[in-house]
Amino acid sequence: MEEKKLKLPYGIPGHNLTEIERVVPADEPPAWPINDKLKVVGKSVRRTDALAKVTGAAKYTADIQLSGMLIGKFLRAPHPNATIRSIDTSAAERHPGVYGVHVITHHKHDGDESGPGEFPEIKYAGQPVAGVAAVDMPTAIEAVKLIKVIYDTKPFVVDLEEAQKPESPLVYDAPVDQQETDGGGGSESGLGLNGNVRGPSRGGGPRGDLEKGFAGADIILENTYRTQVHTHSSLETHGCVVDWKPDNITIYASTQSTKGVRNEFANHFNLNKSQVRVICEFMGGGFGSKHSAGDFGLMAGHLSKKTGRPVKLMLDRQEEHISGGNRPNSIQYYKLGAKKNGELVAMYQRSHGTGGVSLGAGVGHIAEAMYTCPNFTTEQYDVLTHASPGAAWRAPGNVQGAFGLESLIDELAEKLGMDPLKLRDKIDPSEIRKVERKRGAEKFNWARRKKANSDTGTVKKGLGMAQGHWPRIVHIDSTAEVRAYRDGGVEVRSSVQDIGTGTKTIMAQVVAEELGLQAEDITVSIGDTAFPDGPSSGGSIATGSITPAARSAAYQLKLKLFDQVAKNLGADASDLVAENGQIVSKKDAAKKVPFKEALRKMRYEQISASGSRADDYEGFAYGTIAHGELGSVQFAEVSVDTETGFIQVDKIVAAHSCGRPLNPKQIESQINGGVIQGIAYALYEDRIMDKATGQQVNKNLHQYKLPMSFETPEIENIIVEEYPARSNTDAYGIGEPANISTAVAVANAVYNAIGVRIKELPITPAKVLAALNKA
Amino acid sequence: MKKQITITINGEAFTREVESRLLLVHFIRDELGLTGTHIGCDTSNCGACTILIDGMSVKSCTTFAVQADGCEITTIEGVAQNGQFHALQEGFKEEHGLQCGFCTPGMIMRSIDMLNKNTNPTEEEIRWGISGNLCRCTGYVNIVKAIQYAAKKMAEPQETAEA
Repeated sequence: MEEKKLKLPYGIPGHNLTEIERVVPADEPPAWPINDKLKVVGKSVRRTDALAKVTGAAKYTADIQLSGMLIGKFLRAPHPNATIRSIDTSAAERHPGVYGVHVITHHKHDGDESGPGEFPEIKYAGQPVAGVAAVDMPTAIEAVKLIKVIYDTKPFVVDLEEAQKPESPLVYDAPVDQQETDGGGGSESGLGLNGNVRGPSRGGGPRGDLEKGFAGADIILENTYRTQVHTHSSLETHGCVVDWKPDNITIYASTQSTKGVRNEFANHFNLNKSQVRVICEFMGGGFGSKHSAGDFGLMAGHLSKKTGRPVKLMLDRQEEHISGGNRPNSIQYYKLGAKKNGELVAMYQRSHGTGGVSLGAGVGHIAEAMYTCPNFTTEQYDVLTHASPGAAWRAPGNVQGAFGLESLIDELAEKLGMDPLKLRDKIDPSEIRKVERKRGAEKFNWARRKKANSDTGTVKKGLGMAQGHWPRIVHIDSTAEVRAYRDGGVEVRSSVQDIGTGTKTIMAQVVAEELGLQAEDITVSIGDTAFPDGPSSGGSIATGSITPAARSAAYQLKLKLFDQVAKNLGADASDLVAENGQIVSKKDAAKKVPFKEALRKMRYEQISASGSRADDYEGFAYGTIAHGELGSVQFAEVSVDTETGFIQVDKIVAAHSCGRPLNPKQIESQINGGVIQGIAYALYEDRIMDKATGQQVNKNLHQYKLPMSFETPEIENIIVEEYPARSNTDAYGIGEPANISTAVAVANAVYNAIGVRIKELPITPAKVLAALNKA
Repeated sequence: MKKQITITINGEAFTREVESRLLLVHFIRDELGLTGTHIGCDTSNCGACTILIDGMSVKSCTTFAVQADGCEITTIEGVAQNGQFHALQEGFKEEHGLQCGFCTPGMIMRSIDMLNKNTNPTEEEIRWGISGNLCRCTGYVNIVKAIQYAAKKMAEPQETAEA
C-alpha cells in the first residue's frame, strides 16, 4: 500500500497542543486543523432529524405497518427452572384469526441451544417457549393462552450469593462458552465451571509480584463493594417486523447494529447475507441492549416464513424488563497496598457477578487499566443463576468496576489524609484526566470541599469526585458512500444506524466540511444494510469508525468532481479547493465555480465514491480494534437528610474528552444522559428478584424507579478538545465515558457529607439510615 | 361489544365502530395510522402516549377510545398549524431537546397543556410539570431549555399575518 507523510494537530489545546508527523495511506485526505479553524465541524449545528422527531413523522419499528401484517406474541415459561414434557398447540392453531404458531425446539436452526430432548431447558422465568402470529394483539394474546405446555419443574436459584453455594441447583451441568456480540458481553472461552461459578477470567493477566508489592506497602486496605442489577429500560422496547419473501427477507429492527442483525439472521436461517436486508431508520434508545437479532427477531422470522406474511413482534414493558437485557450485579473484593505518599504498590481484585443465564459479568478492566499499579492481579467470576440474560450497557463492566475502584481510592485518600484529586495526580498517568481534573475542579470549586461530616445540621452537604476509563475502540470494517446528483443534491449512505445520539448529524457535518457546504445541504441515508457496511452503535465506536470513512468518501468524490471542472476553469485539478459553497483555485481566486453549478455541469446524472476506515494512523492495523484512552472525571455535590436518609444530588460537573468534538451540544446531551443514568444507578434503580418464586417483582415503570425531571441536578459539562492524530477526523464517541463515574462520584460525595461510607448500590434512604445508626 | 363513536382528531371528525376494550392509543395508532403518539409502558408511567383531549394532556394508553367519544383530540401530527411549527417544536429543535426522540411527542403534548395554563413557568414548575414523562437519553436538561425557549417565544407579541 502506498503511503505518505502528514502533519496533524496533536495534543490538548490550551495545554500541550503541538503537531506530529504520521505516515498514513496515500489516499487519505489532508489533515484538518483544530476545530476553531473549521466551518461546520466542531459547531453545534441543529440535528438533521429534529423536525421528523418533533412532528411525529419519524417512524420507529412499532410504527411500521405493512399490508397483510400479523402481530406476533410470545408464550413465556412461568418457571425459572423446568423441563418441557410436551407442548400442544392445536387449540391455538384452530383459534380464529391465528395464522401460525411456532414452537422453539432443538431442531436445526430452531433453538439457540443444543441439548437433550426436543425442547430447550427452561432456565429463567420468562424464557420464550413458543410464538403465535395473529390478526391483532388481542387475538394473539388469546391464542398464546391456548397453548398447553406440561413442565417438570426443578429447584432454582436467582440470588448471586446463594448460587455460589455447593448445594445450590445448577444452571448448567457442563462448562459453557458464550460468544461476544457486536456490543460486548460474552466472556473468555474455555474457563472452568465449578457449580455455578465460572472462571476466573484474569483480564490481561497478572502484572508484577503481588506478594512482594504488599510486603513493601505502608498501608493496606481491604474492602468489599456491591452493585445491583440494572435494566436498560429504553423507552422503545425491543422488537422487529420481519417480511419474509421467497427470495429475500426484509427486517425492520430497533437495533444498534443493522449489520449484526443481518449476519445473525443469515446465519440462523442459512441464507446469504445478500438476501437479508435490515432497516433501522429511527430507534428509541438501546444503551447497549439492542445489538442482536434477539429471540423475538428470530421468532418473527419463523412466523413470517411460516405464514408468508409480514410479522411484527414488539415486547411489552414487562417483557422488556424480564428479557430485554440488564447490567449484571457484582460483589467486588479489593486488597490495596500503598506507600505513605500515595503510590500504589499492589492491588488484588476478585469479583463475582451474575448476568443470569449469560456470561459477561466481569468488572476488572477499569482496575487493571486506569492506574498502572505495578503489582496487580484480577480474578473475575461469572456466577450463573436462573435469571434472564444480561447485556452490554454503556461501558459494560467499567460502571460496576468504577464503583468499587473509585470508592477504594477515595478511601485511601481519606486514610492518607490526602486530597482525592492530589492522590490521583500522583497515581494516574493519563494526561487527559490530569487536564479534566484541573478544569473540572475549577468549575466545580473543589477548593470549598470540607472534611467528611463537617456540617452540623440535619441536612449535610458533601462533595465527591471520581474518574472513568474507557478504551478508544474503532471498527475498521466501516464504509460510507457519498453521492452527488446533477440537481445539486449530496447524499451520504452507510448501514450505520443512529441510536439517537446524532450520528446522522455528525455525518452530515463531516461531509459538508470536506465539500465546503453546510450540514443541511447533505442528505443522510443510513440504517439500512442495502448501503455499505457501517459499524454498530455501541462501545462508543460509531463516531470514531464511520466519520473517517464518510470523510474519505467525500474527499474521493471531491477529487472526481475537481477532475471534471478543472478544464472548464482553466485550472489544475490539484490546485482546486472546495470552500464556502465554491470550487476555487488556490492559485487564482478568479477561477471559481459554485459547487452546485459544478454539479449541474456533470457528464453523468450522479457520481459516487466510497471510503473505508483506514487503519489508525501509525496505530493499529486491520483485523484488530484500536485502543486508546477516553478519560473522564466527574464531580458531585449532594445533600443528605440525616433524619430521612434522603439524598438529593445538587450538582454534577462532568469533564470529558472524545478526541475532536464534532458537535458540542450533541456531546453535552449525551453526557447529561450518562449522568442521569449514573444517578439512577447510584440512588434508585434495582431489579428485585423474588428468591421464593424466581420472578422479578418490579417489572414495570412504577416500581422500577427511573429518575424523573425534578431529580436531575444542575449539570455542567467540560469538553476537553484532544487530538490523538489517529484518523482523518480524530473524533471518538462519548456514550460509555459519560456513564462510568457518576454513581461513584455521588457515593464519594455522600461519604463526604455524612462520614460513613455506603459500599452497596443503590444508596437508598434505608441504607443511609442503617449506616448512620451503625456509626 | 362494538360501539359507534365520533372523535375529532386534529380538526377532522372520524366515526368508527370500535370494541369497548379498544384503548385510545390503539385507535389513534392502528385505526387512524397516526403513529407519532408512542407506546412506552402501557401503565401511564412513561408519558410517551400523551395527547390532548379537549385541550387537557392525557395519557392515551390508559384511556378507552369510547371515553373520548364526542371529544376533540390533538396529537403531535396536529400541532403544526398551516405549515407553521409550534414554538415547542422549534424549541426542541433549537435547544437539542431530544436524542432518540421517542419521548418527544409526549413531552411536547404535555408541555402545550402546561404552557397554556402557566405562560411563564419557573424551571422548577417545568420540571414538576413534565414529571409524568420519562426520558432515558437526555437527562432532561435540554428538554427544560426547549420548554423555556417556547415559553419565551409564546410570550412575544404575535406578528399579525400579512393578508
